[in-house]
Amino acid sequence: MEQAEPEASPRLGLDIDRKMQAAVPNSTGDTVFEVEDLNVYYGDFRAVQEATFTVYEHEITAMIGPSGCGKTTVLRCFNRMNDLIPIARVEGRLDFREVPIYDPRVDPVEVRRRIGMVFQKPNPFPKSIYDNIAFGPRVCGMAKKKSELDGIVEQSLNRAALWDEVKDRLKDSALGLSGGQQQRLCIARAIAVDPDVLLMDEPCSALDPIATARIEDLMQEIKNDYTIVIVTHNMQQAARISNRTAFFTAQLDSTTDQRCGLLVEYDRTETIFSNPSDERTENYVTGRFG
Amino acid sequence: MSDTRVNPAGGLTVQSLKANPRQARKERLIRDCLGGTALVSVLISGLIIWSLFSEAWTFMVEVDWGSVWDIGWFPRRGIYDIKTLIVASLIVTGIAMIVAGPLGLGAAIYLSEYARPGVRRTLKPILEILAGIPSVVLGFFALEWIAPNVVKTLFGGPAAGSLLAAGIGVGVLVVPLVASISEDAMKAVPMSLREASSGLGARKITTTIRVVLPAAVSGLMAAFIVAVSRALGETMVVFMAGGAAQTAVYTHDPLEGSLPLTAGMTSLARGTDSVVGEGLTFQSLFFVGLMLFVVTFALNVVADRFVHRVREQY
Repeated sequence: MEQAEPEASPRLGLDIDRKMQAAVPNSTGDTVFEVEDLNVYYGDFRAVQEATFTVYEHEITAMIGPSGCGKTTVLRCFNRMNDLIPIARVEGRLDFREVPIYDPRVDPVEVRRRIGMVFQKPNPFPKSIYDNIAFGPRVCGMAKKKSELDGIVEQSLNRAALWDEVKDRLKDSALGLSGGQQQRLCIARAIAVDPDVLLMDEPCSALDPIATARIEDLMQEIKNDYTIVIVTHNMQQAARISNRTAFFTAQLDSTTDQRCGLLVEYDRTETIFSNPSDERTENYVTGRFG
Repeated sequence: MSDTRVNPAGGLTVQSLKANPRQARKERLIRDCLGGTALVSVLISGLIIWSLFSEAWTFMVEVDWGSVWDIGWFPRRGIYDIKTLIVASLIVTGIAMIVAGPLGLGAAIYLSEYARPGVRRTLKPILEILAGIPSVVLGFFALEWIAPNVVKTLFGGPAAGSLLAAGIGVGVLVVPLVASISEDAMKAVPMSLREASSGLGARKITTTIRVVLPAAVSGLMAAFIVAVSRALGETMVVFMAGGAAQTAVYTHDPLEGSLPLTAGMTSLARGTDSVVGEGLTFQSLFFVGLMLFVVTFALNVVADRFVHRVREQY
């Protein structure tokens, strides 16, 4: 695992990272993702250039920025979801708990069992509520007996604050639920396989403010057990819920004449929103751009 | 033209919002023409069914029912054993689906879930061209290649025509149909469901079997129905390779030759002279046609019920 890295990390950010760490409550200070010089290509098109940042355990890390800035692309690298797109290519270092997940020996399926994902549009399976939650545990062979599976389903729905609303209709189709309930079902479904990390790709963008508030509450509750990385278009949301924020922007690449995603600034959320060091960040968070 | 303009003094009036009479007439005309074409096709179908029923009715009234359950299909001798034809048809269709089902579905799964976009872009049109091979070509292929090389070598049957040879031939004929319709149905399943599944750590084959196939089941069933209807109605391959030339005695052994419904009609209908004039021979043709209609219709109804029960609507 160390083979990729020569001796001490030459990255100058490390000491600063440690200091930033101490100020975040809940955080264990352990590193979950270590991203360094990450480049993502779709065919010849470079979607993200040289992103470098660190995601810490039991924190909520937000990625914000205008459309086309590559934040979703970066998120989808964390569980190798980009592998589903045949022309996507990833370069650079992306370590998950010190393991380089783009190492050829790594099976993306094993990565995804540890890193759950919630998508922009609620995407429950056209199956019953019960079968939606039980899908992951069944696929991963987590429950041997029906009673164990029942327990996992109840526990997951409870954690996603959905149990009371659906406990009497577990056999009904999940598509009969409202949009907000469907999204909480998707969160419950992701939690059911007991992942280490939860990736959320604009999980509230299709929901009304009340449903959004419920999901945000939910995220605050579960962050003691999971590390959460969230992409959001909603800056207030990032400010409300996250501990750290990465600001991306789309920048014209002079060599190819194409727009390419760039990580401008990564810091504690308060700092990003009150005292950013980069002018572009300030312009974005104050609403002057984007 | 002045009445179609907004009244400059008083603003908008009902008059100014009235439809242009010429436009309205044109709209009505178009609607009536399109309605007419729909009506004509319904009428034609109705006439077909009417002629089928009326002639078949004559047969059913006048025939000696003892001869409808006999040793074989010899209409010119007044022996109309209908079970010979129906059993032969069902055997051929069954064999065809055993061949085409797994092959077609496998090809569809590969094209939809596994093939890279370039491979898919090349293979799909080729598959659709295969669907256009004239059945007489396949009939010849079944008789000259499948019968000696597959039926004789593998199953120890005759090198000439047999129900097995015809069944395999029809199976090959409907593989592209099954593959093409199934692939369309699977491609129509939203990508977000596949992402949800692989996001939970499901392998590709698990995603395919537990998410894509259940969501696509109504389309897969449609593929199956179309294929069965096509196999039941297929004439040339079964007539050439089914052993119709040798025998029309009842059998349920696929290694023997027999006469499916369509081949029975064909062998009767060679030239009108040989059909008209001898007792009920002519009417028996319509009776066979009616049987074909009933079998296909019943299959559609059953399949439709099934789809309603297992469908996962996305």
